[in-house]
Amino acid sequence: MCEHSHVTEQPTQPTAAPIITVDDVSKTFRIPTEQVHTLKERVLHPRRRTTYNEFQALDDVNFAVRSGEFLGIVGRNGSGKSTLLKCLAGIYRTDLGSIFIDGRVSTFIELGVGFNPDLAARENVVINAAMLGLSRREAGRRFDSIIDFAELREFTDLKLKNYSSGMMVRLAFSVMIQVDADILLIDEVLAVGDAAFQQKCFDEFEAIRAANKTVLLVTHDMSAVRRFCDRAILLERGRIVAEGDPEATGNRYLDLNFSAEARAQANAAEVAVTAPPTADSTVSGDGRAVIEEAWIESATGERVAVVGNGDEASFKMRVRFTQQVANPVFSVSFRNGARVPLFAASSDWSNDHSGPFAVGETAIWSVRFRNLLGPDRYSVSPSVTLEGGAALAVHEQMLSVVVTRVAPGALVDIPFDQQLTRSSEQTGA
Amino acid sequence: MMSDAPKPTPITAGPGRQILGPTALGDDPRRFWRLAWTIAVTEFKLRFFGSALGYLWQFVRPLLIFAIIYVVFVEVLGVGGDQPFFGVALLLGIVIFQFFTDATAASVRSIVLRESLVRKIDFPRAAIPVACVIQALMNLGLNLIPVTIFLIAAGGRLYWRWLELPLIVVMLVVFVTGLSLLLSALFVRFRDVEPIWDVVMQGLFYATPILYSLSVVIDKAGIEVARLMLINPLAAAIQQARHAIVDPSYESAGQIFGTTAGNLLPIAISLATLLAGIWVFSRAAPRIAEEL
Repeated sequence: MCEHSHVTEQPTQPTAAPIITVDDVSKTFRIPTEQVHTLKERVLHPRRRTTYNEFQALDDVNFAVRSGEFLGIVGRNGSGKSTLLKCLAGIYRTDLGSIFIDGRVSTFIELGVGFNPDLAARENVVINAAMLGLSRREAGRRFDSIIDFAELREFTDLKLKNYSSGMMVRLAFSVMIQVDADILLIDEVLAVGDAAFQQKCFDEFEAIRAANKTVLLVTHDMSAVRRFCDRAILLERGRIVAEGDPEATGNRYLDLNFSAEARAQANAAEVAVTAPPTADSTVSGDGRAVIEEAWIESATGERVAVVGNGDEASFKMRVRFTQQVANPVFSVSFRNGARVPLFAASSDWSNDHSGPFAVGETAIWSVRFRNLLGPDRYSVSPSVTLEGGAALAVHEQMLSVVVTRVAPGALVDIPFDQQLTRSSEQTGA
Repeated sequence: MMSDAPKPTPITAGPGRQILGPTALGDDPRRFWRLAWTIAVTEFKLRFFGSALGYLWQFVRPLLIFAIIYVVFVEVLGVGGDQPFFGVALLLGIVIFQFFTDATAASVRSIVLRESLVRKIDFPRAAIPVACVIQALMNLGLNLIPVTIFLIAAGGRLYWRWLELPLIVVMLVVFVTGLSLLLSALFVRFRDVEPIWDVVMQGLFYATPILYSLSVVIDKAGIEVARLMLINPLAAAIQQARHAIVDPSYESAGQIFGTTAGNLLPIAISLATLLAGIWVFSRAAPRIAEEL
């Protein structure tokens, strides 16, 4: 693996005492196997015990957050991160363990919770304030700052159902931000809204950071974790499996996420551990050649659907010719999740011509490479053309491959050496 | 691994306050009250100013029911014929019963209807059914206006006894709040509470001296039956309100029980219902968000 130099700005030093203490917290949901929905059944069969499936959402979770920290909580769906947030917010009662919070908490599980479309912005803000437990005077003071922040001064008496979606989001977000809380618990609110709105959220996060508030952010968005969090916690099946540097924790998450995906794929295709064709797969070309098969091999020659970052791997395809063809060109391109081509290889770039192929002849073309791609899912599109460019067989997105493991958070992982040279003269008085 | 009665373990460490999950009433009565009041006022406004008809409907509904019952029972069947101001007594009974059904019927579904709030914000859960009671109380205030107008138009007079009305309403509110807490908490787990309660309300309508006066019951079935009926706080409230507001010839609850101390019976039942409601709701409150 290549080295990474790490130059992160030191966050504002948190004070000593923890503002949030989570001590051995466990939470189990009981899901009745046979739902008894009616009082009638209950009365007619008072002795029948309902049986439950237990689902342990949180298992002995321990951590502390210091004042001013920006903590990211990451994990896959069902890992317990939202449950943890709801326990912290006091929406769920924990089964075991205890949670202590020193300061005023504001929870944002969803933007605009409890907004009533038939009411004007003013009333909605008042109700929201009452929900959060603010006094009338506090609510009044808050109202002005909310409306000003949302830039909706002219629309305070307009019913929300007549708001544009953009106005609605602005109001909801403003309600969320303009709270006089020390601790903010935020769940995935960034998932809504367009890019401009997300940018506004990000700007606001910077402001919250600067104001030295304590924030717990539950998210899937690793770029947000890297950008804002001082520290991150990775949950898996209700347990903390990684804690610390957001960069490393974020990468552990990607690793976990993609390898789980790969495992699921492997289970689905038990016969051959070849990556399945992608859904958007298309075939074109004049049919003089047929790409019968294409796959990825690991360094040991096994067919794989997952390649570790930094590993040696091979792409291989078997081509059968239906007509006589001279000097075909074999190519392949890898595109990432955002459809950006990041790696392409072709036999055209070598000096040798591939020569003539007879009818019915098959050939295997293989490309060996060191995988410098960052973690993502890549679609692989092989093709066979003639030197002039005529397409014999083009198989767009014939298969996909997942790249896992620690990476620098960039699209590609280019090997580098680094060096620090001090200037010979010492500067300064 | 999990014990059957999961309870948060006792305090071990940490500064600040312990987060114990949601409760029925919260730890700040002012916050509870402010929230319940805000919800009630908002709902009331929505109902009233949402449409011109909504405003009218609130007045018209009890009056329409009254008109039908009056024609059928009083004019055609001659129920309550010789009682003074029986029409007004009938209307008063309907209005009070309307309060009872407004509050309890709205409470049954109230928690489930506000699912999104319950699952996303920590607030004292009982504020929701209590808001239903407050809203019904506002309607009662409005509906008492036509009762007063009818009474004065029919030649009735204002007495000092009218001051009893707030006390009667307080007892009724205690009773209704208890029922609302019970019903809303039960409905989260048992969805047939709603149809069952509908039937119970129908039954209560006939088991309560609304259509008829208690003196008819005393004449035909005896004083014991009348006493038994009056144990129901709703019946006691209506009977006492008729005595206090409409005309003293309607026996007071105390007169029927034979002693003023008899009034303690419906009052005790109201209080017991409230305590039971608070108990059941408080037990359910921490888990409501999970069971929805």
